[in-house]
Amino acid sequence: MKNEDLIKHVKGESKFLDDLIIPGGTLHALIFDSVIAHGKIKKLNLEKAKSLKGIVDILTFRDIPGKNQIGNIIADESLLAENEVHYVGEPIAIIVADTLETAKRAKALIDIEFEELPVITDPREAYKSGSLITEPVTFSMGDVDDAWANCDLIFEDQVDIGGQEHLYLETQGALSQPVEGGGVKIISSTQGPTAVQRAASKVLNIPMHKIEVDVLRLGGGFGGKEDQATPWAVMSALAALKLNIPVKLILNRPDDLRMTGKRHPYSADFKIGLDSNGKIIAYEVVFYQNAGAVADLSTAVLERTLFHATNSYFIPNVKATGISCKTNLPPNTAFRGFGGPQGMFVIEAALYKAARKLGVPKYELQEKNLIHENDVFYYGQLAKNVNSVKCWNSAFEKYSIHKNIEEVKKFNEENILYKKGIALMPICFGISFTSSFLNQASALVHVYTDGSIGVSTAAVEMGQGVNQKIKIATAETFSVNISRIKIESTNTTRIANTSPTAASTGADLNGNAAILASKNILDRLKKVAAKELGFNDAGLIQIKNEIVFYKSEKTKLKWEELIWKAYFNRINLSSHAYYATPDIYFNRTKNQGHPFAYHVFGTAVIQSKIDCLRGTYEIEYVKAVHDLGKSIDYKVDLGQAEGGIVQGIGWLTVEELVQSRDGNLKSNSLSTYKIPDIYSAPQKIEVHFLENSENDYGPLKSKAIGEPPLMYGIGAYFSILDAMNAFNKNIDIKISAPVTPEKVLTTLYKSSKQLIPNES
Amino acid sequence: MIEQISFILNKEVISTGINPALPLLDFIRKEMHLYGTKEVCKEGDCGACSVMVGELKDGEVVYKTVTSCIYPIGNVNGKHVVTIEGLNSGDLIPQQEAFVEEGASQCGFCTPGFIISTTNYLVNNKTYRLEDGINSIAGNICRCTGYSSISRAIENLINKLNEKSEGNSVKSLIAQNVIPKYFANIQTQLREINSSGTLNGFDQKVFVGGGSDLLVQMPDRLLEKNISLVSKEHINFIEEEDDKIIVGAGTTFEEFKNSSIIKKYFPKINNQLNLVASLPIRNMATIGGNIVNASPIGDFTIILLALNSNIELRSSVTGISRELSLSDFYLGYKKLNKQPDELVEKIWFVKPGGEFYFNFEKVSKRTFLDIASVNTAIYINIENEIVKYCFVSAGGVAPVPKYLEQSSEFLRGKKITLETVFDTLKIVQNEISPISDVRGSAEYKRLLLSQLIKAHFIELFPGKISLEALI
Repeated sequence: MKNEDLIKHVKGESKFLDDLIIPGGTLHALIFDSVIAHGKIKKLNLEKAKSLKGIVDILTFRDIPGKNQIGNIIADESLLAENEVHYVGEPIAIIVADTLETAKRAKALIDIEFEELPVITDPREAYKSGSLITEPVTFSMGDVDDAWANCDLIFEDQVDIGGQEHLYLETQGALSQPVEGGGVKIISSTQGPTAVQRAASKVLNIPMHKIEVDVLRLGGGFGGKEDQATPWAVMSALAALKLNIPVKLILNRPDDLRMTGKRHPYSADFKIGLDSNGKIIAYEVVFYQNAGAVADLSTAVLERTLFHATNSYFIPNVKATGISCKTNLPPNTAFRGFGGPQGMFVIEAALYKAARKLGVPKYELQEKNLIHENDVFYYGQLAKNVNSVKCWNSAFEKYSIHKNIEEVKKFNEENILYKKGIALMPICFGISFTSSFLNQASALVHVYTDGSIGVSTAAVEMGQGVNQKIKIATAETFSVNISRIKIESTNTTRIANTSPTAASTGADLNGNAAILASKNILDRLKKVAAKELGFNDAGLIQIKNEIVFYKSEKTKLKWEELIWKAYFNRINLSSHAYYATPDIYFNRTKNQGHPFAYHVFGTAVIQSKIDCLRGTYEIEYVKAVHDLGKSIDYKVDLGQAEGGIVQGIGWLTVEELVQSRDGNLKSNSLSTYKIPDIYSAPQKIEVHFLENSENDYGPLKSKAIGEPPLMYGIGAYFSILDAMNAFNKNIDIKISAPVTPEKVLTTLYKSSKQLIPNES
Repeated sequence: MIEQISFILNKEVISTGINPALPLLDFIRKEMHLYGTKEVCKEGDCGACSVMVGELKDGEVVYKTVTSCIYPIGNVNGKHVVTIEGLNSGDLIPQQEAFVEEGASQCGFCTPGFIISTTNYLVNNKTYRLEDGINSIAGNICRCTGYSSISRAIENLINKLNEKSEGNSVKSLIAQNVIPKYFANIQTQLREINSSGTLNGFDQKVFVGGGSDLLVQMPDRLLEKNISLVSKEHINFIEEEDDKIIVGAGTTFEEFKNSSIIKKYFPKINNQLNLVASLPIRNMATIGGNIVNASPIGDFTIILLALNSNIELRSSVTGISRELSLSDFYLGYKKLNKQPDELVEKIWFVKPGGEFYFNFEKVSKRTFLDIASVNTAIYINIENEIVKYCFVSAGGVAPVPKYLEQSSEFLRGKKITLETVFDTLKIVQNEISPISDVRGSAEYKRLLLSQLIKAHFIELFPGKISLEALI
């Protein structure tokens, strides 16, 4: 089905925040932020900057009428720094000017002095000095301490995982307009309109109903705009209300890169024990999460790390501890996978190390330990509708994996300069917000008298195709042509108390709500049709392709006429409906429960080739069998899978965040932070959706697609390691992601002595 | 004091007295309110702001893509600028159709840039090959799709257009709906536009070539200065003269890459230069700019050092010229043997002759469209199995683009053997002083340079050097 959004995209006609015609007189805001990572503000003099022509105002925390507090889960985040700064890029003041150029000049004139305090950027160092976001959390099942005795092989190691910049192409921003009665309308590039509304209400000290948040679409989000779109929206609203004039605040790229959080870097210690058959008996892991300076969503992210610590495997004895460490970096935040990828990476690292030690291929260990129907996830949920083995077997069959493994072996025997590596990557990802209360959504459907339909939900379109899916779900429910449906902007006055569009649940929650609302109207229409046609039993009325059927017989009544009739008969053509995911709960005292509506499974095979002379590499292919339930829109789902895979590969290969010890981001531009381009993406990506998979919790039997495929990227990392081991089977590779060409080369030539110049 | 800049924007003739240093993107979005062209990185690294720029060459309109975010508007004087709005017609054009069909757009922010690059490829090439089509969009970054759907879209499009094989004259492209009708008049319109107005003559000049680095480093400062656009100086040419090849400093990377003279002597260089920047940047960046920018890692500078190049500078005040060896041009980090009024006009090097070998190696975090961690070039001339001349250069290992003088000297008179290679590596290591930065640690850069020097010999003398011994 043609995706109308794309027609606007290819013509450049889709409107993003910065493309909107702004009201006359709109002022422009620029953030004045901290240049040090930790310290006290000793002096802040704005006079000189304020006196510049064109500067309207410079706002600090003193201008906040309500609370200087925007923390979502934990109230530990000020909108504007008061007396202390905690990371480079922490906002201190908002410069409001007639033009951005003027604001930039004023920024240089602000006089500030700091008293510097010690800086911590490493999570383990933070842990040692007791700098934590909150108390450590432990999930467990069985008894690992007893289980070690039953293991034939025990292996321990440390794993380091880098962060990842979201690099949504559209930077953060908002446009706020004062409205009568002391309210404000905020057009924000956010995944969480209600998060913006709630924070603005607190900061501005006005009730939520006076704040309207509207979102048309985002130029990419990936989690980066779930919680971190909020500050800029609130700042623009603060300025707009104080000055009583519209204020636009869009971060330029350097500001966005410096001020906003990333995917969390982790360090972890694992201990894994297996029996002589390769069955995992016990697994213990401690995650040190680098949370940055404030909580943001870190605790929830860490929790998902724990949920996914065993990936697709059943392990009888597990103990996983998560420690959220407070450091002097921008608050790290949600990013596609939400902590899950880090949890899965560590168990894959453990299996890699164990396989090396045992001298068996890693995939054999993976296969032996796959989770089966009615096994128990170590957080207490019974595994149902499990497709791990199906996906695994299907991948081996479809992609002739055994043959490929032999071919790689042969290639490596015949080649010196290049070596190839291959890795399998099974995934298992739980769908539902792990904070159960967030699993709710509502939809407002209007059928207009011409038969066209408008749908509002809480879902924010950011490229993931949620609008297209809701459109299809609505059109199928009514059985009308898809061109009749329009998905409206996401707006807090139409849909209140929205959950963020996140956790892959956008289409599930909002699609289900839209279907319920559509059914409400459909039921009324059937009664109208029955009455109109002179039948008693509305239950025998159906609408198929815009034609009314009675007892499967076509009638002369068609959609547009039916709508008119309904209108004249004073039948309500609008419906608001509410959906909450059933059957989910989680007990945070025991850390046991049933947090997920369902799981998404899949298996990918990844092959890479390294240049042993230069340390460079390419990913030759990624081929996956992915469990999607029934696809609502094949192209949207395929695009999500392919895009997620490449983003996951980027995270673990070329995307390297470099920070100096003093907390400055060194990879602070697109020339120093490299995301995959078309040549570094795999030469071939093949995705098959698992056949005969259905899901009762998803709209039209579908499964969520946003996050899970990203984790196939983990396989790319281990395929590169496999190739490195083919170069030298004895090298001991430190597990440290991303595996940049630098790490490949310095690992391959670890013992190289000839490099040190003669000192003599 | 600023003169008029006249050009065609889509189908509209524009004449403006705007500051010539203003990025074209700002003009398009802020002055003309055309919002299809997006701002993402403002440093030419993503292609979201790509536009087509057409100019008359030998009477024909030739188009190229540039990243408008770092393209000084002064450089469009007398040219045709095409934004996505200038391609739209009522129906989807085939390029747009192909992207929609394959779902090759998700959030949509990068998409107009991809359509522009694709269109430019279709307009600019006689025959279409998938590989070239992909290369034409390689400067465009997409964060959503993972590129597979984009590759499929390009493939389908090329197949479809090749099937019709109606050629790619403006007329046939219009007939196929690839470009709108008004393109037919552009040639005539460009001839009529008075582009003779020069932007020279300021007292305090900042010379701007393609602007691809200056508009990244100091866009605001540039707006406050009087700039002189060197593309107006008629110094883009490549010619042979006696035993020399002379390159005008205003020659763009892409012009150099495609020069028949360069290709004649360096048949592999066209491929090697794909590693340098991206197509839109190569369309803007000039050789002279690369030299004067003095980045210790400048790809072209490294290549020219290995060709033992000389440069000619001319004072814009006195008109006096002088010549010096490129390796003597660099005095320290970003310190040049150059007066503010002097402009690098030409670069020349001796035509390769006899039994000669040339190789260029570059490793960066991301293979394409990235700045090198280390790059190196080598030129070797051999007579009777003995090295007669040799010039080796390396970037990213010293405060300046480094001519490895001792290593080059050492190799002279030697036979190419494994021993020679290992001995050279020792000298190389003593000549360099890399520092740790975002592109790699000092130790890595040392290791990498040794590896790339080995790579030179492996690439150039596969029969003489055994791979086993070097890896």
